[in-house]
Amino acid sequence: MPVDYLPILVMIAIVTAFAVIALTLSAMTGPRRPNPTKLSPYESGMPPFGSARRRFSIKYYLTAVLFILFDIEIIFFYPWAVLFRDLGWFGLSAMGTFMLVLLIGYVYVWRKGGFEWD
Amino acid sequence: MTLDPIVITLIEAVVKTIVVIVALLTAFAYLTLVERYVIAKIQSRIGPNRVGAIGGIALLQPIADAIKMIFKEDFWPSQADKIIYTIAPGIAVGTALLAWAVMPLHPSTEIFGYRVDFFIADVNIGVLYLLAIGSLGVYGIVLGGWGSNNKYSMLGALRSTAQMISYEVSLGLALVGVLMISGSLSLVTIVEKQSFIWNVVWQPLGFIIYFIAAVAEVNRLPFDLPEAETELVAGYQTEYSSLKFALFYMAEYINMITVSAIAATMFLGGYQGPFGILPGVHWLVLKIMFFIFVMMWMRGTLPRFRYDQLMRFGWQVLLPLALANIFITALVMLVVGA
Amino acid sequence: MSTPLVLTYVGFFVMAAITLGGALMAVSARNLIRAALGLIIALIGIAGIYFVLEAEFVAVVQILVYVGAISILILFAVMLTRGLMKRDLPAQNAQWIAAAFISLAMFAALLYVALSTNWRAVETQVAGDLIPKLGTELMTTYLLPFEAVSLLLLAALVGAIVIARE
Repeated sequence: MPVDYLPILVMIAIVTAFAVIALTLSAMTGPRRPNPTKLSPYESGMPPFGSARRRFSIKYYLTAVLFILFDIEIIFFYPWAVLFRDLGWFGLSAMGTFMLVLLIGYVYVWRKGGFEWD
Repeated sequence: MTLDPIVITLIEAVVKTIVVIVALLTAFAYLTLVERYVIAKIQSRIGPNRVGAIGGIALLQPIADAIKMIFKEDFWPSQADKIIYTIAPGIAVGTALLAWAVMPLHPSTEIFGYRVDFFIADVNIGVLYLLAIGSLGVYGIVLGGWGSNNKYSMLGALRSTAQMISYEVSLGLALVGVLMISGSLSLVTIVEKQSFIWNVVWQPLGFIIYFIAAVAEVNRLPFDLPEAETELVAGYQTEYSSLKFALFYMAEYINMITVSAIAATMFLGGYQGPFGILPGVHWLVLKIMFFIFVMMWMRGTLPRFRYDQLMRFGWQVLLPLALANIFITALVMLVVGA
Repeated sequence: MSTPLVLTYVGFFVMAAITLGGALMAVSARNLIRAALGLIIALIGIAGIYFVLEAEFVAVVQILVYVGAISILILFAVMLTRGLMKRDLPAQNAQWIAAAFISLAMFAALLYVALSTNWRAVETQVAGDLIPKLGTELMTTYLLPFEAVSLLLLAALVGAIVIARE
């Protein structure tokens, strides 16, 4: 029912207001004495060189793909888990088959070094 | 005069939300102080004992810290994406607070013939809601790091994101065992079903997996790679100052309280006392404090993981264990016929 | 109209506005990360529409999968791509005429379907908790598609490794 979710909507509104007020207050209070050195990127006192926005390891991308796949799996697990008492052995075998297929992929990623970072 | 029930719901929601937010902010302020004391004791130091000290405890220290933060200079680095840089801390603290919408704090009671529920919302997808809000929390960090346009910030943000999504999988799977026992996704129902025996009795492995994944999720030692000060200065927070920095800091501590509260609610009976003794919010607070103390203790004791170790541990140890836990739970439930 | 119905209407238009605003930002931003942010806002708006339509489970899944996972992947993909991060890109390229034509055709098709469908209001409310019903359906009527999904996920897993090792 949307009515059940009304309090959450209220909370979202109040939390947003809180964040906006805090950020505005942050901009209004305190001194404002910028100078080029202060505004340059912090690199441990060395003169900054190059851009921070460079290409990153493909590993991050792979991790995100793995996360999506397992996230979808979690979503299948939840309604199944809630219902597990009624499903019994049938539920276990149905989910077992599902998992078995995914485990093949998991072992493949493992063997191919998908979890190695160095 | 009779009010529309929806108006009553709205008024109730506003009051409860404000109470919860104020309580969380106060808890955050004093947790910073408690953490300094705990770490000081572990390292045989005295800890803060100047501001408003009573009996050697600086009770006004958090207030002094807050005032200092408010009046610090707030600046926008020249290379930053100004808008994204500014909203990132807001997103971080907003998502941290929103998780509390579904947390049951106290058994429902009648006050002056009026039924009061001590949660903001009881929804039938409660646990999934927590996971969804948790997955949004990543954005505060990744946008903060990208918006700052600083090498340390970028690296810290990327590492943090990869770490959080990796451990979120184990975190989500560790809770499946509890759902199988409770047969509901509503946190209120899950707590009510634990009135006599806590879920941790049936789910010891799930509980341990959840706690480890939760510590990684909130970037605490031994998983604090994103802000490993020896290599990344302060990670995604490097370019932040003033209240914007404070908001990130706040989000971190509130997330600590949140994952502790979820651990208490899912595994240790939430507001339920042991064997049904005096259920109430005091038990929840006590359990949260216990988990937070353990996290502080870990910070004072354990060294940091290397990044490759961290990722391998998440994917190759925690994830298979979490899956095994689900199937062990299923088998036990079927054989014993609970 | 009763108050809940008014709320549903207001909620729908607010969420639709958020979705459209996010989508506009996604196509007009010159910076790819900001465009991705616009996409994320649009996806959250769609989740909001699901909430208004009383499909809570779909709404939460929308946030978990699309906002929490796929958008992260998009952000990472942008950060991985040479040259995309550094400069602001023009919002159009040489193919914008073809793209505009296809988009208009798509819009016309959707409009036609939306107008020609007989939208019946569902009178009977499904009572109680929907999650167990969903689980039941998944394990009975949709068992075969459910198991087929595992094959799809397996293919995606293998594909990801192959791409990453190139």
